[in-house]
Amino acid sequence: MAIFESTRGLIEETEKSGLPIWEYVLKTSCEESNISEEQSWEMMGKTFDAMLESYRSYDQFQVSASGLVGGDAEKMRVARNSGDTICGSFIGSVIATALTVSECNACMHRIVAAPTAGSCGVLPAVLLPYAHVKDLSRDDLIKALYVASGFGAVIAQRASISGAEAGCQAEIGSASAMAAAALVYLHGGDLRMMENSVAMALKNMMGLVCDPVAGLVEVPCVKRNVAGAMNALASAEMALAGIESRIPADEVIDTMKVVGSMLPPSLRETGEGGIAASPTAHRLFPDGPKI
Amino acid sequence: MNIFDLIGPIMVGPSSSHTAGAARIGLVARTMLGEKPVKAEILLHGSFAATGKGHGTDRALVAGLLGMKPDDLRIPDSFRFAREEGLEFSFGEVKLDEAHPNSALLRLTGETGKTLEMIGASVGGGKIEVREINGLKLRFTAEYPTLIIQNHDNPGSIAWVSKLLADENVNIGTFQVTRSSRGKDAIMVIECDSRITDDLVEKIMQNPDIISAGKVNL
Ligand code: SF4
Repeated sequence: MAIFESTRGLIEETEKSGLPIWEYVLKTSCEESNISEEQSWEMMGKTFDAMLESYRSYDQFQVSASGLVGGDAEKMRVARNSGDTICGSFIGSVIATALTVSECNACMHRIVAAPTAGSCGVLPAVLLPYAHVKDLSRDDLIKALYVASGFGAVIAQRASISGAEAGCQAEIGSASAMAAAALVYLHGGDLRMMENSVAMALKNMMGLVCDPVAGLVEVPCVKRNVAGAMNALASAEMALAGIESRIPADEVIDTMKVVGSMLPPSLRETGEGGIAASPTAHRLFPDGPKI
Repeated sequence: MNIFDLIGPIMVGPSSSHTAGAARIGLVARTMLGEKPVKAEILLHGSFAATGKGHGTDRALVAGLLGMKPDDLRIPDSFRFAREEGLEFSFGEVKLDEAHPNSALLRLTGETGKTLEMIGASVGGGKIEVREINGLKLRFTAEYPTLIIQNHDNPGSIAWVSKLLADENVNIGTFQVTRSSRGKDAIMVIECDSRITDDLVEKIMQNPDIISAGKVNL
């Protein structure tokens, strides 16, 4: 399937088809997975609803299995609402939303893996606040999810979306690139801009290691969702301003794969290296990953 | 490449491999058993053993055995539901040979006394593979209706099964045959395009060379 094998292919084929990119992704993916376009649209709608529901299910008093995660999204919301912040209200919402959804995941709520459970906060973190300020419809957001999945599919095929395989660059990095493309689309950017936003978002996350404390999807994962969301905003903003990535997206994706394979196993989800090996992590979990 | 693997699955957190995949392993084991399990011995291997508790792997496996899907909101409370439904379960650790790091060995007893031993591996993104059934090595994902048939390795078994499938108008997607050695027991794993009925499984069993036949339709 040539179109999901490269961002170049995805863009050229979309141009040839004359369709908007979300529709091109929808049609092509249906042909491949043998479902009707209506079924696909309905499923993506349900997926979007589940994403929204995961955000709404937040409980500020809940804590995760390890006791390390919980309550931070509420702190961010309070700060944002106070009006006294560095970044202002929109960015405050993005940070709060990323924390909200990721904390929900750590506390065993129902979430949408996008592309993974650990990185599930990135897409909602940019989409929900943006939809709010621009007054977008549910349909617009569903279309944006198709755009994100099209680019995500390229990353998954050429490289990886698994922290165990290629580090956190493949999880938060991929989520960030998918979110950037979705934002460029929603803001009316063209296909090259989407491609550039993907390239820039992934370059900025290149080499990010997967180092969950005690092997749990909690620390540093929750706050890394914030970084992924902020990086998506910046990459989309640059692309929309006409800034180009000097290295094409496909080469960046291929590089990510090479870098991922160079990471030692201790930095690929085993909970043995990086932040997981810090003195405080050892003090909190003397038996390593086992709690 | 399914785009709903990029935006999705919808699942109970925190980990697609350790929570969603674990629930699916439990669910597939329940369907393979073919009846309500009343007893389950669950042995965790590798990373499932090391980080399973913090990821709710234990609760997810039990939830699956109770018939819950990976997006079922009752997963965190599955131990309570197990007590209510009369499923007795225990957990332990095991070191399996050549197993995927996220693997579980399940020994089940059903309400009519049927038993099943299955090794399932969570291979990433909530996807799973069944790697062993009742000591026989095999490999399937349970994403399609699947027939698992154990037979004496005599000529004609494959023809027998494929003719029955054709008679019932069940189209075969993939067909694997493995055997431990020449003339020993063989196993067929057949992925189909449509649901496999109990009736079909019964018909397959009528050939004396067939030792056992099971199905998964999820
Ligand atoms: S650190 Fe590892 S587990 Fe956590 S979000 Fe990143 S890739 Fe996922």
